[in-house]
Amino acid sequence: MDMSYTPEENAFREEVRTFLKENMPKDVVEKTKSGQELGKDDLLSWHKTLYNKGWIAPNWPKEYGGAEWDAVQRHIFEEECAFANAPRTVPFGLTMLGPVLQKFGSQEQKDHYLPRILSGEDWWCQGYSEPGAGSDLASLKTRAVREGDHYIVNGQKTWTTLGQYADWIFCLVRTDTTVKKQEGISFLLIDMNTPGIEVRPIILLEGTHEVNEVFFDNVKVPVENLVGEENKGWTYAKYLLTHERTNIAGVGASKAALASVKRIAKQEISGGRPLIENPAFAARMAQVECDLMAMETTNLRIVSKAAVGQAPGIEASMLKVTGTLIRQEINDLARRAVGPYAMPFPSEAVEGDNQPIGPDYAGPQAKRYFNNRKLTIFGGSSEVQRGIIAKTQIGV
Amino acid sequence: MNFELTEERQMLQDTLRRFLADRYGLDVRNKIVDSDEGYSPKIWEELAELGVIGALFTEEEGGFGGKGFDITTVFEELGRAGVVEPFIETGILGGGLIAALGTDQQKELVEEVIGGALHLAFAHGEPSSRYELSQVETTAKASGDEIVLNGRKAVVFNAEAAGYIVVSARESGGLSDVDGISLFLVPADAAGLSMVGYPLMQGGRAAEVTLDDVKLPASARLGEAGKAYPAIVTAIARANAAISAEALGAMETASNLTKGYLVTREQFGRPIGTFQALAHRMADMLIELEQVRSAVINIAGHMDDDAKTRDLYVAATRNVVGRVGRLISEESIQMHGGIAMTKEYELAHFAKRITMSDHRYGDTDWHLERFIALSAA
Ligand SMILES: Cc1cc2nc3c(=O)[nH]c(=O)nc-3n(C[C@H](O)[C@H](O)[C@H](O)COP(=O)(O)OP(=O)(O)OC[C@H]3O[C@@H](n4cnc5c(N)ncnc54)[C@H](O)[C@@H]3O)c2cc1C
Repeated sequence: MDMSYTPEENAFREEVRTFLKENMPKDVVEKTKSGQELGKDDLLSWHKTLYNKGWIAPNWPKEYGGAEWDAVQRHIFEEECAFANAPRTVPFGLTMLGPVLQKFGSQEQKDHYLPRILSGEDWWCQGYSEPGAGSDLASLKTRAVREGDHYIVNGQKTWTTLGQYADWIFCLVRTDTTVKKQEGISFLLIDMNTPGIEVRPIILLEGTHEVNEVFFDNVKVPVENLVGEENKGWTYAKYLLTHERTNIAGVGASKAALASVKRIAKQEISGGRPLIENPAFAARMAQVECDLMAMETTNLRIVSKAAVGQAPGIEASMLKVTGTLIRQEINDLARRAVGPYAMPFPSEAVEGDNQPIGPDYAGPQAKRYFNNRKLTIFGGSSEVQRGIIAKTQIGV
Repeated sequence: MNFELTEERQMLQDTLRRFLADRYGLDVRNKIVDSDEGYSPKIWEELAELGVIGALFTEEEGGFGGKGFDITTVFEELGRAGVVEPFIETGILGGGLIAALGTDQQKELVEEVIGGALHLAFAHGEPSSRYELSQVETTAKASGDEIVLNGRKAVVFNAEAAGYIVVSARESGGLSDVDGISLFLVPADAAGLSMVGYPLMQGGRAAEVTLDDVKLPASARLGEAGKAYPAIVTAIARANAAISAEALGAMETASNLTKGYLVTREQFGRPIGTFQALAHRMADMLIELEQVRSAVINIAGHMDDDAKTRDLYVAATRNVVGRVGRLISEESIQMHGGIAMTKEYELAHFAKRITMSDHRYGDTDWHLERFIALSAA
């Protein structure tokens, strides 16, 4: 065992750092820092910056235009991005659909869609969940019926993240109602501009428009938009979910968030001394840092076991449970750290041209705390992950 | 000992519960939260008529209650319905301080407050004071017959609607001395007083208030010069009873919503409440909720004790309320799944109110430290 970075890895870190310093869109960094919502243009401008450098798809193989970095490189990259306040890249094309097409897509699908995912030309969203099918995803009801060269799709998807910007949606649809529920599901690529699709916003509890409902009313989808075989969609869906979980630990983001809490706690004066010297607060902060240090190694251990382009198995579930707990604990510390100034509502406090209310670091904290409750709900809830771990480990 | 409410309080509780169940549903509340005023003048008036404000004052002061249990009875119901109207500011803080310290003339305002005609605010916290009650940098200086106020007040709830703002300012002493703090009754339209208002995460509105050479007659002082600190601590102890009871009410609603959802939401062909991983956590929530109920009885029952005993109970109660509040709001969201994250579902509002109450007059850790200090003394 050797815990130190090699000279090549250190040089890579330096390269990433310099690149970020010189190329990050300044306005996007400012918005990320102050917790403002990023619009389509913001996210695309960051996407293009990484694309031009060849760094937009760290875990794709080179043959598809990826960077094909190993686990340590990906870790370094994620960490540097987080510390530089870079926004995360939108995952639906890059970490979800991309790997599925590479493994199960037809040659035409690979040739057509993969380059457009890389360049950012197509914005993808994920159409898995439905009102009645959340954790029990396989019970989904959106129906696709084959008629000649088309599928006719009817039904509803929900919680569709950033669907308001999307050009395309990949959907799980039911193509056979007579078999076991997992065996009648297909994986379809649907153009969001097709007649019969309606997108309705869902406003989240902290006021952001991040998710949507998507309705399908007799939507005609060409049969060549089917991925793999009909009724084999569940296999592809599960493959995608393990990829979705690879970067889920969010070590870099947690480290950056913790560093930010420390900065705040040094500036906030409570009872005549900096909050960081307050025993109760300091103990909580130290606790989460100890956990994070261990998890960083867990993450590297697990991720480096999986070959390039592959996803870790059951351990991904473990990473997700721990990583999201740590992240939420840090968000909780951050909201406490800003005291009464956590209360002003961000729409006016941090958005638009208004002056921030209180110190500029205060505005986004409560909003982030509430928004990140989602971390333990989506991508397979913590309960579902524990179920997977228990099932494979205990065997009951 | 007797843990039953008196007949009068029971009646008040029933009346409030019925009225709010009827009149303060999700749509009404969302409309109020999104409105420019941040509260409904109509609901305010109607609740005042039902005695919500009168219950916070003693008979001597013109009300019909004023005890710890009156406060907690009222605020538990307001919390249960997720009411955002600023009764703590007008009734307990502003109104309470005038009733405690005011001259006969000043006290005439209390009648208007009880009737619902006058809103008040209490401008005490400052941009860097966090939760420290004795930290007052705003100054009050005599200039001839007048007093001149200068300073900034932070996150002043209900400042925009208030007819008068009770402002704390230092007449002598250093930054955090308990001696030297005075209170002043400042008309909201006083020259030199300005504010920047904004909505709050939990609903309702607050403002940053700037006092720039605000000139007042000496008759605007509430109580004795430099001696206001004990009255401030008392008013805030009462506000803490209100905040705790309100959080209790909100936790009851959050728990009920979650219980209901566990029974009706089906995944994998059965109600999710049949998964033991959730059922046991629901049980934990209910166990902890009983702890909060007792903590709220503790704070109410000791409101009129000597200051030290009272403050020990205040700190203990807020610590329990804060810890359990976090548990109940986070677990309720988690066990609902995605639906809890939306503004269109009731739970979100209650989770926000519970969580943000931990940012008023001391958070969970702050009250624990205070408890340590008080019990060591
Ligand atoms: C902000 C946000 C963004 C999202 N983005 C997308 C997106 O882009 N695309 C998409 O398709 N979906 C998306 N989702 C949906 C997400 O994947 C679902 O919310 C998730 O699968 C949980 O489903 P549910 O919300 O219906 O909760 P439910 O499945 O109804 O779960 C309710 C509760 O029951 C628990 N539970 C369920 N089954 C069991 C069990 N067997 N044992 C123990 N506990 C159980 C759950 O853990 C949870 O606590 C998003 C969700 C959110 C909140």
